[in-house]
Amino acid sequence: MQALVTDLGFDVLFRGTNFTRLLGGMWVTLEISLISVALSIILGILLGVVMTLKNPVTKAICRVYLEIVRIMPQLVLLFIVYYGSARLIGLKFEPEFAAVIVFTFWGTAEMGDLVRGALQSIPIHQYESAYALGMNRSQTYFSIVIPQTIRRLLPLSINLVTRMIKTTPLIVMIEVVEATKVARQIIDANRVASPNAAFGLFFVIFVLYFAVCWPISLLASHLEKKWSN
Amino acid sequence: MILFLSNFLHIPYNMYDINIWLTPERRMYMKNTKLFKLLAVVVAVIMVVGVMAGCSKATEADKGETTATSDSSDTIYRSLDEIKESGSIKIGVFSDKNPFGYVDENGEYQGYDVYFARRIAEDLGVDVEFVSTEAANRVESLQTGKVDIILANFTVTEERAQQVDFALPYMNVALGVVSPSDKVITDLSQIGADDAVIVISGTTAEIYLEENNPEITLKKYDTYSDAKTAFENGQGVAWANDNTEVIAYAKTVDGYTVGIPKLGSDDTIAPAVTKGNESLLNWINEKIKSLADEQFFHKDYEETLVDTYGKDYEEELVVEGGVIA
Repeated sequence: MQALVTDLGFDVLFRGTNFTRLLGGMWVTLEISLISVALSIILGILLGVVMTLKNPVTKAICRVYLEIVRIMPQLVLLFIVYYGSARLIGLKFEPEFAAVIVFTFWGTAEMGDLVRGALQSIPIHQYESAYALGMNRSQTYFSIVIPQTIRRLLPLSINLVTRMIKTTPLIVMIEVVEATKVARQIIDANRVASPNAAFGLFFVIFVLYFAVCWPISLLASHLEKKWSN
Repeated sequence: MILFLSNFLHIPYNMYDINIWLTPERRMYMKNTKLFKLLAVVVAVIMVVGVMAGCSKATEADKGETTATSDSSDTIYRSLDEIKESGSIKIGVFSDKNPFGYVDENGEYQGYDVYFARRIAEDLGVDVEFVSTEAANRVESLQTGKVDIILANFTVTEERAQQVDFALPYMNVALGVVSPSDKVITDLSQIGADDAVIVISGTTAEIYLEENNPEITLKKYDTYSDAKTAFENGQGVAWANDNTEVIAYAKTVDGYTVGIPKLGSDDTIAPAVTKGNESLLNWINEKIKSLADEQFFHKDYEETLVDTYGKDYEEELVVEGGVIA
């Protein structure tokens, strides 16, 4: 057992402040992704409503926006926002800020599209039945339309949230030190002493990501169950 | 929120119903959306091309501007005075290239480059802020002013010198070849037709041997650990890599000797600043020259590299006062 711990590099974890640094790196990941997720959900809902408008101008703008997000790899967006802004307009912001901008830009578009889909999937007879029962508009929305929209939205948006969390290691490329980068630093600093540390460290990273994403999935399935009745 | 918006914009209650798309006016509208799709694609393409063109134009403009207005304060880089005024200097170093730039188990930056970086900050009288940099980002970071200096094992090449300004060198690099101690290879001509040399894909060693010694059979591996395992299992008679790497390897593993410590052209490693940042560049050059009096880089070597490379290679690797021996 002792040999296994040393061979797979788990011992490296507990040298010095390594483990705390790894957790610190994970916190950077979480901070950036959760801020972006929160902003994306708020802005995405607004965008989703705007997307259902019949106004050709808003439709065209939304369309262009959505297509840009779809065709651009996040890495390219990160480079454009972080390095491009400095080159073009001399703006210098912190890499973390650039990361939040990019992830929100991406999340808002996808969330908007999900909200649009969910809203449009509520059949007309739901509205008509509500009106026939004598409900006014706000009653219809709050007791009929919105609950159904949220229920349809939930699995899709959870998918988006976990995807956003899992995409954050990309921010290493704009010089943010997050969990995977800390892991690489630790692996390299112990390259001679524990050549197999990579396995142990990336296993721990796996556990950390799992610990973050699993509760989100649990919450989602709990809510789905609760709302299905 | 939805309610509020829909009231405000006078949206009919049945806006979500697909059936309304089937009325004649809607059909007209659908035709229009096709136009919009086309328009959207065209606009997107124009934007992408525009951004790209903008970026490359900005690079050209940068080059022109920085020479013209090197004294104005709206340059992308910070001059020596601006750094001193701000009280801190941003230095880009590696955080995962032991022993040049790495983070130790207490979270502190350490290594040969970092040791010099700390000295620069100390002599400037400012705090040092380390930026963990990636090999591929080093030029870009300088060009966009994200860091003031790059001290990240930055090998001087002609191509890079057109994009950034290199100061005087502080270290030598070359290729090296390690082989088993009982069959040491001290010259490439000793490698027979049936023998193979191990290299890591994409390294300078692979490029050099393919160009200059195409008769040698190469066995290529993607990672350091794969190459190491293959070499130790006798898959090749020798292993070619950066000389710092093979020296470090021979020192930690028994039974292997660096038969060829220097192969190919001599390259140097130097600090780099943003193109045009002359005040900072001159200051660093003066500093490197004056540090020769106290044999600073030898001390740096003994503090940071001696554990990995041993005393024997000190003169080979260290460049003192910017003078290549």
